Amino acid sequence: MNDPILEMRGVSKSFFGIKALRAVDLTVYAGEIHALMGENGAGKSTLMKILSGAYRPDPGGEIRIEGRAVRIEGPLGGRAAGISIIYQELSLAPNLTVAENIYLGREISRSGLLARGTMREGVGPILTRLGADFLPSTLVANLSMGQRQLVEIARALHARSKILIMDEPTTSLSAAESERLFALIRQLRAEGLAIIYISHRMDEVYALGDRVTVLRDGRLVGSLDKPDIRADTIVRLMVGRDVSSFYKKDHDPEAGRGHPVLAAIDMADGQRVKGCSLTVHAGEVVGLAGLIGAGRTELAHLIIGATPKTSGRLELEGRPVDIRTPGEALEAGIAYLTEDRKALGLFLDMSCLDNINLAVLGRDAKLGWVLDRDKARERADRAFAGLSIRAANVGVPAGGLSGGNQQKVLLSRLLAIAPKVLILDEPTRGVDVGAKSEIYSIVDNLAKAGTAILVISSDLPEIIGICDRVVVMRSGHIAGEVTRGPNSPLNQEDIMTLATGTEHLDA
Amino acid sequence: MPDNAASEAKPAVTTTNGAAAETRRQRMRVLISALGMLPVLLILCIGFHVLSEGRFFTGQNLGIVLQQAAVNTVLAAGMTFVILTGGIDLSVGSILAASAMAGLTLSKLPELGMLWLPAALLTGLGFGVVNGALIALLRLPPFIVTLGSLTAVRGLARLLGADTTVFNPSIPYAFIGNGSLTLVPGVASIPWLSVIALLVILVSWLVLRRTVLGVHIYAVGGNESAARLAGIKVWAVLIFVYGVSGLFAGLGGAMQAARLYAANGLQLGQSYELDAITAVILGGTSFVGGIGSIWGTLVGALIIAVLSNGLILIGVSDIWQYVIKGLVIIGAVALDRYRLQGSART
Repeated sequence: MNDPILEMRGVSKSFFGIKALRAVDLTVYAGEIHALMGENGAGKSTLMKILSGAYRPDPGGEIRIEGRAVRIEGPLGGRAAGISIIYQELSLAPNLTVAENIYLGREISRSGLLARGTMREGVGPILTRLGADFLPSTLVANLSMGQRQLVEIARALHARSKILIMDEPTTSLSAAESERLFALIRQLRAEGLAIIYISHRMDEVYALGDRVTVLRDGRLVGSLDKPDIRADTIVRLMVGRDVSSFYKKDHDPEAGRGHPVLAAIDMADGQRVKGCSLTVHAGEVVGLAGLIGAGRTELAHLIIGATPKTSGRLELEGRPVDIRTPGEALEAGIAYLTEDRKALGLFLDMSCLDNINLAVLGRDAKLGWVLDRDKARERADRAFAGLSIRAANVGVPAGGLSGGNQQKVLLSRLLAIAPKVLILDEPTRGVDVGAKSEIYSIVDNLAKAGTAILVISSDLPEIIGICDRVVVMRSGHIAGEVTRGPNSPLNQEDIMTLATGTEHLDA
Repeated sequence: MPDNAASEAKPAVTTTNGAAAETRRQRMRVLISALGMLPVLLILCIGFHVLSEGRFFTGQNLGIVLQQAAVNTVLAAGMTFVILTGGIDLSVGSILAASAMAGLTLSKLPELGMLWLPAALLTGLGFGVVNGALIALLRLPPFIVTLGSLTAVRGLARLLGADTTVFNPSIPYAFIGNGSLTLVPGVASIPWLSVIALLVILVSWLVLRRTVLGVHIYAVGGNESAARLAGIKVWAVLIFVYGVSGLFAGLGGAMQAARLYAANGLQLGQSYELDAITAVILGGTSFVGGIGSIWGTLVGALIIAVLSNGLILIGVSDIWQYVIKGLVIIGAVALDRYRLQGSART
């Protein structure tokens, strides 16, 4: 650990005059796990793309690898310099085999024909070393997300990379898969690789990080060594201010709790959801916690009729309702904010105005179907002001907005119907800290106004911060409920115990 | 991931200057995609005028161009609805033939003759709704369904006239096909066919831009899953757009029948779907759906008519006309790709 493997000195990058990175110095040593943190928009992706060769840094900075100044150019430049990146969305071809993916772009051929056998043998040792439980000839489409990640790592090792950058690698992994990944990362560290680990999740950074570097607004605002890594220090660096009042919960869970609004009884879809019941009262914020794959999103989809249910029924304000499509759910006053706003929520090419008004167009229309453009305009302006959505004007396409603003546009669409029940699925995923706290205060205000709110989240501090009680799911069942005591807050360990089904959990 | 770069650069763009510049860029982009091919159309017109030694911009020739563009404009308007949802309708040529056959056959019955026009329209609408139902309810791919009806409906068209040409020299409403609306007596008139085409464009524009249904059509094309979750009845939107495409094909059939006083189930409307699709794509409507405008389609249809007319005027052989038109289609799709790069969906 004496000579750094990667040194960046004064690296900047501007886009059309806007500084995305300002004179960043970053030093990474072989055999360390270097965590990189920062809000969305802090410059993490830009830094990564410079290292991979996707962006060329502004002149003036310097990048040294093993002491030699290098210029990383073009998409293959990073790999040639010994740097591999594993992106959040994996970049594997599912229709090819493991071996073909690992050799992608560098296939071995013999007199013009693919040497599949040689390729399969070539990747064998690496897969063994990584402890893979699949064959080189397996189709990637048949692998789990965790196994696919292993293929990505194998690809990096096969390219003899010395620096491995991982961007939120656990986003789509189950807890068990994450644990296996952590063990593997530690093994790679022991083998002398330098690992730059980008994550939003504090627990992962605790568990893995030898050092933490924090970026804010394109600047490197601090590096912490292992003994100094503490959540409050990191958050303060990331946000640039104290965040004790980050989670807002002013509504009174005891006095404010009204009659039951939504009651789901014994809901099942025959696959991922196996007989779940829950109740949400007016003015109450209920958390729905659980590991990824526990069936939380699937339960929400059942409630709003996005997927057909095989059993179960729904009661709204004490009366049975039959909801078979998301449209019927909206009419009944049940709004659902999807966890995947780009694929399932927003119309990226359509204006913010249309996106916001979409659910109430029919209600507002003149003569039943002629658009009321004044009303739409007014509503969009109100939403922009009320939720402080930042965009040039309501006419710009939603796709051009930042994650936080996109989320607020989508939320405005749901709020336009004045829902009785609001189901929020990972409401702050991919949203920067500022917009996060704004979303929390919107939720708080809605609860005060009597809306029944169900929050699905994998971010436990968030659940604990904004919810009144927490229902925990495990493998398609409701595993239990965590409530707060008279003077004790919701307990993170209680939730994890229910979610994992173990009595004891470290990490 | 390229949108990451945009979002990373975003926070700094909070100055009024930056926002104004962003709005300007946005407006430019809207303007470019709205104007789209209009400059191309004008350049083509002027070019042909010069090359044909002044024979293009004459009242008579422009009348011919408008008349030739009319049927394709109507078909392309329907096709615009379909392509905006991300679909395709290959069967419009066959539906046009079947509708014309049905109309002409009915027009020969003395007591029901006057009903031939609604009959042609309903025939088209019926086939379109069947297409839509197969696509929306059985969730079959539009390409496959309409490829099937391209063939099947062609067969039905031949069946309707017992595989012969049906004539009716005294067909009611014949003025639709050959008459003109006089604007200024003795000076300016416009063929009824063109009037109908313009009305179709106008109605399409109203539906697409001024009604709830229009927004829903764009939404389904932009993101079908999101549309479903947003409570839009995607199946109803799909049946509607294929219904409209069929209805407009039926109208096109009526226009042809009134113009020719005759129809032949085998030959009428052959490969019309290709011209209609070309017009839509030339007009800037994206093949993946969700982006486009009906005015672009009008410009696209005019470009095709001007190309055919101009190439004949300057004496290019029939064979080369095919080559040139084909290259125009490829060029249009290349433009489509280029345009998509600038949109939010990258």
